[in-house]
Amino acid sequence: MTNELMKKLDYEATFDCVQCGYCLPACPTYIAFEKEKHSPRGRINLVKMAAEGKITIGDMQEGIDLCLGCRACETVCPTNVRYGDILMSAVEVLKENKKQSVIEKTNRTLAFKIALKNKNVLRLINKGLYMYQISGVKRLTKNYNLLKPVQKFNELNKAMPDVILSRRINRNINPFRRNNVSVGFFQGCIMDSFFARINDLAIKIMQKNYVQVTNIPNQTCCGALQHHAGESKDTIELAKKNIEAFEKYDFDYIVNTIGGCGATLKEYHKLFKSGTDWHNRALAFTNKVRDISQILSFLNLEFINPINKNAVYQPSCHLENVQKVFNEPDKLIEKIPGLTYLPMPQRSLCCGSGGIYNIVHYNESMKILDMKMKNVRATEPNLIITSNPGCHIQMQLGVEREGLSDVIEVKHLVEVIAESCGVEV
Amino acid sequence: MKEKVIKKLNLIFAERLLLEIDDRISYGYDGSFGQYIPEAVVQVLSTEEVKETVILADEYEVPIYPRGAATSLSGGPLPVHGGIVLDFSQWTQKLEIYPDDLLIKVSPGVKTEDIHKLAESHNLMYAPDPSSSKICTIGGNLAENAGGPRGVKYGVTKDYVIGLEVVTAKGKVIRTGGNTVKNVTGYDLTKLLIGSEGTLGIITEATLRLIPKPQDTLTAMAIFDDLYTAGQSISKILTSGVRPSKMEILDQNSINKVEDYAKLNLPRNAAAIILIEVDGDEDVLPKELNVIKEALESIGVNDIRIAESKEDEENLWRVRKLVSPAIVTSGYTKISEDATVPLSKIPDMFKKINELKNKYELDIVVFGHAGDGNLHPSINTNMRDQSEVSRVEDAIEEIFDYAIELGGTLSGEHGIGTMKRAFFEREVGQDGLELQKAIKKAMDPKNILNPGKIFPQDGEKRLVLRND
Repeated sequence: MTNELMKKLDYEATFDCVQCGYCLPACPTYIAFEKEKHSPRGRINLVKMAAEGKITIGDMQEGIDLCLGCRACETVCPTNVRYGDILMSAVEVLKENKKQSVIEKTNRTLAFKIALKNKNVLRLINKGLYMYQISGVKRLTKNYNLLKPVQKFNELNKAMPDVILSRRINRNINPFRRNNVSVGFFQGCIMDSFFARINDLAIKIMQKNYVQVTNIPNQTCCGALQHHAGESKDTIELAKKNIEAFEKYDFDYIVNTIGGCGATLKEYHKLFKSGTDWHNRALAFTNKVRDISQILSFLNLEFINPINKNAVYQPSCHLENVQKVFNEPDKLIEKIPGLTYLPMPQRSLCCGSGGIYNIVHYNESMKILDMKMKNVRATEPNLIITSNPGCHIQMQLGVEREGLSDVIEVKHLVEVIAESCGVEV
Repeated sequence: MKEKVIKKLNLIFAERLLLEIDDRISYGYDGSFGQYIPEAVVQVLSTEEVKETVILADEYEVPIYPRGAATSLSGGPLPVHGGIVLDFSQWTQKLEIYPDDLLIKVSPGVKTEDIHKLAESHNLMYAPDPSSSKICTIGGNLAENAGGPRGVKYGVTKDYVIGLEVVTAKGKVIRTGGNTVKNVTGYDLTKLLIGSEGTLGIITEATLRLIPKPQDTLTAMAIFDDLYTAGQSISKILTSGVRPSKMEILDQNSINKVEDYAKLNLPRNAAAIILIEVDGDEDVLPKELNVIKEALESIGVNDIRIAESKEDEENLWRVRKLVSPAIVTSGYTKISEDATVPLSKIPDMFKKINELKNKYELDIVVFGHAGDGNLHPSINTNMRDQSEVSRVEDAIEEIFDYAIELGGTLSGEHGIGTMKRAFFEREVGQDGLELQKAIKKAMDPKNILNPGKIFPQDGEKRLVLRND
């Protein structure tokens, strides 16, 4: 009894779930919303029931919509359920099913089809942010709550990073190739607009340690946000562009500083049918993808400056649950002189950022962020170390909301290491 | 269900009354088989709320189904006749320790792991350790009388409960037992209610007994060339004078699947391995393992590896933990059984399962709690293949019959629920069944508490793994 819907939804994969419930305590939305339909087990069952026609497609909407996609459930699952695949299949079916409102469609088109793909648009945004900051508008709105009527954008505004205009440092030259490691750098679109400095620092640290870093042209957005929104055609197109761009070079690794994008890159092969040429090319690509922490942990970094801080680490969910990078950041943080590394309870629980979840589902996201901040407060750090721009902004938002912005700094792992290694841009 | 009932529930629970289809269907399954749809779900947070719900259910004769974390492997919480599901999973508020009395008092939604942690922080131990401790609720443990690996030395849930607060089918709140280990006042209702699968009363609070926490553990792995010796060794170890705290067996099939999965350098040719843990004072542990070693050597088992470090020990237990993920194949559903036999009959059961594996052409692996005869044969099944599902049903039926024939039981720790009710009479006999039914009738005359469980339904003769 296989119907069209069963094929579109990953009905097959739902049979791997034995409904043991091991995913429940790992799921941030189950903990926050306290209902079974907001758990991975519940969602998998909703997909199964929809495929079997026992409920309508619309009936799974709320459960699926409110999933952060952090995939912490996959890490704890004893039967290796491909939750991410089941979720994506449901997101796509829901998207097809739903007559999108004009406004949503316009926003999506703007964000996904134009801005994220177009480097110049993003560079403009970057410049705009820069102007906005140096003009003092940000400080004004920050201090006087000028945007009060629209609380959510005001809060997000407060959390926006202080952008330093990407100075286009030379990311390509390295005359000493003593480590014989060559790296193709994946810069990411949002990262390279909002956090260009972090990318620059990452490249400089690697170069200082004799890694040949090449920042190749023609690379584009990883396609993560499009994918999570059910626009997988767009993601496939972007994936092909990136694969083509990188396979021209014989890099040992393709390195990025973005937990979320790295995860999407790591799963490019899933976008293509097994056995096809594109699938093989994607596999060759994904096998080379590494997070910056993995590269830095095998370099002999020279830590010069003590960082006298009490720090916690907020891992990117996708860095852990998809890329399976669990320990490298810890090991690096432990090496930093002067730094006291504090264990944060439930640290692997998502912060509620979830791509654009914190914009689309603001209230729910804040509920999850509040749980995270409770754990932050209990640990009393004055530095939160992140590994992904989305989490970075969210944690900054959490700090602002708690009124702790004078007490707690939020920094990307690369920034902290650069500071300790005396690397500047 | 009558509009009136919903209205009244709404007055009690407000936003904790769930009526949407996506919510209702999400409380209609557990870790076993079958999907049902209750008419309403209420998230209870107090004895008073349970009481009011039961009074309503009694008045309008609506079935009520208590549910913890729904990790049940026997269908305990399934709302087979619709009605109201009482979700206990959010009632976690009460968790109080009385170290000087060696007691803990809990509300039903508290996770078993949280009880373990609290006890351990006082250098005490709550012994029952179902494998699902991280998820399952104490309420579910009490309803099903859950076991666990430590059962071989410390027993099961019912051995650690000395008092209960219970809402009866008439909505009366009663207390059973008390705060003392010794208590012979009247019938032992505490023990009657534990393992009654929510069919006799609804437990709203429990008083649990604690014991001193063993200071250390040490683990060994014994490797066997043939299954018969492996089975024989279990009684040999248990009569050696040392009581292991855990004893877990894996058959060749599971060893190889774990090895394929995780590459741990396991003996692929071994017919079985048994992991043996002893606990207590660290100076005594090596001596105890030595006693076990000598006992095994006396029956010709010489390949015994003792963990040399905590890391070694962790790796050995990883083998057992990895069985579940290692044996699954994508697209197939793992069906776990828990028929239990007397210790001396374990080799026979192993042999039987091997026969069934060939007879029905099934992918079966066997592992489990060797020390209490509680084996867990697991069958990877393609649930969309009706003929395969039927063969699995037949094989499980044979396992049940054989367990009873050997003097064992249908279920060691998972419960009867819906899964095994068709076989209930085979184990307890007609008169036994009648007496149990009479007890049910006395305590729940309108049959509103978790109806459809334990007792065979009309004309029901066999196991059915699907309900559609």
